[in-house]
Amino acid sequence: MKQKTDVPQGTLALMVLKTLDVLGSLHGYGIARRIEQISGDLLAVNQGTLYPVLLKLEQEGVIASEWGASENNRRARFYRLTKEGRKQLQLETQDWEQTAAIIGRFFAAKAEDLS
Amino acid sequence: MKFMRRFFARLTNSATQRARDERISEEIENHIAMQTDENLRAGLPAIEARRQAILKFGGREAIKEDYRSERGLLFFDNLARDLRFAFRMLRKSPGFTAVAVITLAMAIGANAVVFGVLNALILHPLHVPQAESLYGIQHGNEASSYQSYPDYLDLRERNRSFDDIAAYDAAQVGLDAGEDPSRVWIFLASGNYFDVLRLQPLLGRFFHASDEHGPNSAPYIVLSYSYWHTHFQDDRGVVGRVVQVNKYPYTILGVAPPGFNGTLVFFNPGFFVPLVDQEQVEGVNDLNSRGKRFIFMTLGHLKPGVTKAQAIADLNSIGSYLEKTYPQDDDQRTFTLARPSLYGDYLGKPARAFMTGLMLLSALILLAACANLGSLFGARAADRSREVALRLALGASRARILRQLFTEALLLSLMGGALGLWGGFVLMGGLSAWRPFSRWPAQLRVHPDANVYVVALLLTLASGFLFGAFPVRQVLRTNPYEIIKASSRGIVGGRITIRDLAIVVQIAICALLVTSSIVAVRGLLRALHSDLGFEPRHVILADTDLSMGGYSGQRALQMQKRMIDAVAAIPGVASVGFIDWAPLVSGGNVDSLVFTDATADLRRSNAAAESYLFGVSPDYFQAAHTVFLSGRTFTWQDDENAPRVAVINQEFARRVFGSAANALGAYFKMPDGTRLAVVGIVENGKYASLTEDPSPAMFLPFLQSPSTQTYLAVRSDRDPAQLAAAIRGTMRSLDAGLPVYMGPWNKELETALFGSRMAAITLGVMGVIGAMLSITGIFGMAAYSVSKRLRELGIRMALGAQRKQVLQAALGRALKLLGIGSAAGLLLGILASRVLSAIVYQATPRDPVVLAGVVVAMLLLGLVATWIPARRALAIDPAILMRED
Repeated sequence: MKQKTDVPQGTLALMVLKTLDVLGSLHGYGIARRIEQISGDLLAVNQGTLYPVLLKLEQEGVIASEWGASENNRRARFYRLTKEGRKQLQLETQDWEQTAAIIGRFFAAKAEDLS
Repeated sequence: MKFMRRFFARLTNSATQRARDERISEEIENHIAMQTDENLRAGLPAIEARRQAILKFGGREAIKEDYRSERGLLFFDNLARDLRFAFRMLRKSPGFTAVAVITLAMAIGANAVVFGVLNALILHPLHVPQAESLYGIQHGNEASSYQSYPDYLDLRERNRSFDDIAAYDAAQVGLDAGEDPSRVWIFLASGNYFDVLRLQPLLGRFFHASDEHGPNSAPYIVLSYSYWHTHFQDDRGVVGRVVQVNKYPYTILGVAPPGFNGTLVFFNPGFFVPLVDQEQVEGVNDLNSRGKRFIFMTLGHLKPGVTKAQAIADLNSIGSYLEKTYPQDDDQRTFTLARPSLYGDYLGKPARAFMTGLMLLSALILLAACANLGSLFGARAADRSREVALRLALGASRARILRQLFTEALLLSLMGGALGLWGGFVLMGGLSAWRPFSRWPAQLRVHPDANVYVVALLLTLASGFLFGAFPVRQVLRTNPYEIIKASSRGIVGGRITIRDLAIVVQIAICALLVTSSIVAVRGLLRALHSDLGFEPRHVILADTDLSMGGYSGQRALQMQKRMIDAVAAIPGVASVGFIDWAPLVSGGNVDSLVFTDATADLRRSNAAAESYLFGVSPDYFQAAHTVFLSGRTFTWQDDENAPRVAVINQEFARRVFGSAANALGAYFKMPDGTRLAVVGIVENGKYASLTEDPSPAMFLPFLQSPSTQTYLAVRSDRDPAQLAAAIRGTMRSLDAGLPVYMGPWNKELETALFGSRMAAITLGVMGVIGAMLSITGIFGMAAYSVSKRLRELGIRMALGAQRKQVLQAALGRALKLLGIGSAAGLLLGILASRVLSAIVYQATPRDPVVLAGVVVAMLLLGLVATWIPARRALAIDPAILMRED
């Protein structure tokens, strides 16, 4: 349906998974803040785009959510990684590192290396 | 896996949409609240803190929409929404909905029924394995397939193209299975019949070629499933039972599988008897006569790899061998192959042509229905142009709006299709159960299979898309700005459009059909009260073939005399006589050439006339109320020792003797040279069909012209059912094993009336469909013109136009088309009645009832079609209309 957001969505999804992996259970705002802190400008404009991604991940069964109370006692929806999510994260991390390594090697390669 | 899980999650989400909408709203609220808190802590003023938080979050509605599309399946969500909307729109205009659904139901139902019959009759006629390689052997020079038994054996043994060849003939026998002996139509089938057809029995076993050992050597019968079901109540114990066939003991071997009703679609035999028993079944043994072509048809499966052309060449080489070897019996033996189910090309060709024509016609009907509904639909879309414009202005895509319109069209077509299919089922059920001739096992089993469903569904969807497509251009051209600003509505032009022409043609065809069907019905009614040369009311016909009881010669004559005496003794019987072929009932009338007494050379070309020939008992004329113009009836003394005599009708007298006055006491000659003296002259009558021209007929005393075929005509004022029971009892006391068929004579005329009745029904049905089409056509056009000119009509009313003038402005054009179409149709109908008179008795349009009927019908039709648009035009309130625009 929304083809054009697919690539950033994929990246965003991986960031969400990693965030939940590191920080455990967290609400939407917390995830947004965390990604913002680490990635700088990437999410500065539209924090809201996070929510459709969260829903997609939940429907895929890699994260789960439930209502809970936030630090200053607001009702908030907390997201956490499922067992399947952890496996998925592992796989995708490997994939990502492999891809990054290959790309890295290509960028590092000089003309004489290729001949 | 993951994809599937998501798909189902989304599907269920689509269903529980409202509750979940709240979750995202709350999450967004919380998110913004937390960001606001954060901004406050960073020192921003309260209002600015919230504003920044909202800005940072992004377009809330867009994200919700994204969220929604992520969560549910947008397609299904929209579909559900479109469906709800479509339902609401249709409920708001029940008139339009009803007209559209009924029109579609009739058009689609007609197509389903016609296709169902086509399917049953031509596409999948026989329920036998590998029917595609099964062929009947037909003569090369004519569309028939009669063979003699020796020729059949030669074809079977000498061919190299068929796996094997079977043969069968249809015959009628008397069956006595313990109670109530009855006449049954059967197939005399060669021993290999079932093996050639590759069938397996439902119960017991079939007979095989190995059971045949010369004439009358195989006293076995195999029941058809439906006969077993109706006459033996599914009794599995029938296998092995011995029954009497024409008084000979026969053993029931087994029951054929359900769905198999012999190898002719239109003729369903009750059971099957080996062909070698022909003598016991038909009373003659033709198994050794090469000249007696009594076998109705031969058929078989082509060997794998043999083409039709190769097989025909093979058969023709056998044919030329037969011509050379048996020149006195076999001349011109060429062959061709045809599908066996409709008796080769004899019925197959006309049936295929007829059904193809009917299919085309019903497709045209559907097309016309779609065109009419399309213009109706267009009118509605025009009414809604402001709504469409508004939605476009608010950002709906054109595709989205078209989808809404198509949803509405498809919903209508599905409703119509479902109703049509249901009606079609009822009709096909009736058709399957229908036995048009009580004396013939003719029955067409139309059981809709998957093909019929698929075709009906495809037609339904296609017609939905077709008429849904009408407003597409309108929507695509819609310019929201222009419409909302000016509500510009075109003036309906004064030119004659193609649409006008199409409507006139439809109305003309409708009027033609209405005219023809009224003519047909009138003719039918007249036929029932016409002068038949006998009076069928208050007469019960009891017919029997004495050969089925084992009578022949003198014994048969004595039995016939005893029957008359016994039945005449029943209280309340006014008179009783018998005839060997009852006029207008039996169908198989005998005729003979006759010659003037002076003719010496009795060649066909010298014949004075060809005349129907009946053998009657002396009291027949009295029982039938056939009026004598002069002379006398026969006496019991007119027997084989007395001089040969005849009673003739007026037409016979006119043709052979010039006048009735010359005829009485004169002589004429039969083809064998016998001289007959005319002793009486009776009125003309109808003998074979109601529409025949006056034909010569002669009646001979049965003692001089014996026949085992006996139709007792019993005249009485008693209640027919009681009388029939009394006659049955009397006949049983004479011979309990003799099958007798009984019915009132006027009911027995159904065979003769079949043609006119079918014509009346078909024309009536087509007339109703035509009327429906005309109604939608006029309705669509009138509705369109009213909605296009709403503003103009409003202004006229505001300026003081009268109701009559408004109606004239709104509907004048539609009514003018109706008038032109009706007049043209009536004219065509009057011309067409000439054609109709070949089928329907005395079809004439020069009949005030016909003219008045057509005019009233067309007026009614116009009234129905313009009722809703007229009410709408009259209900215009100029004040509201002006304010709106």
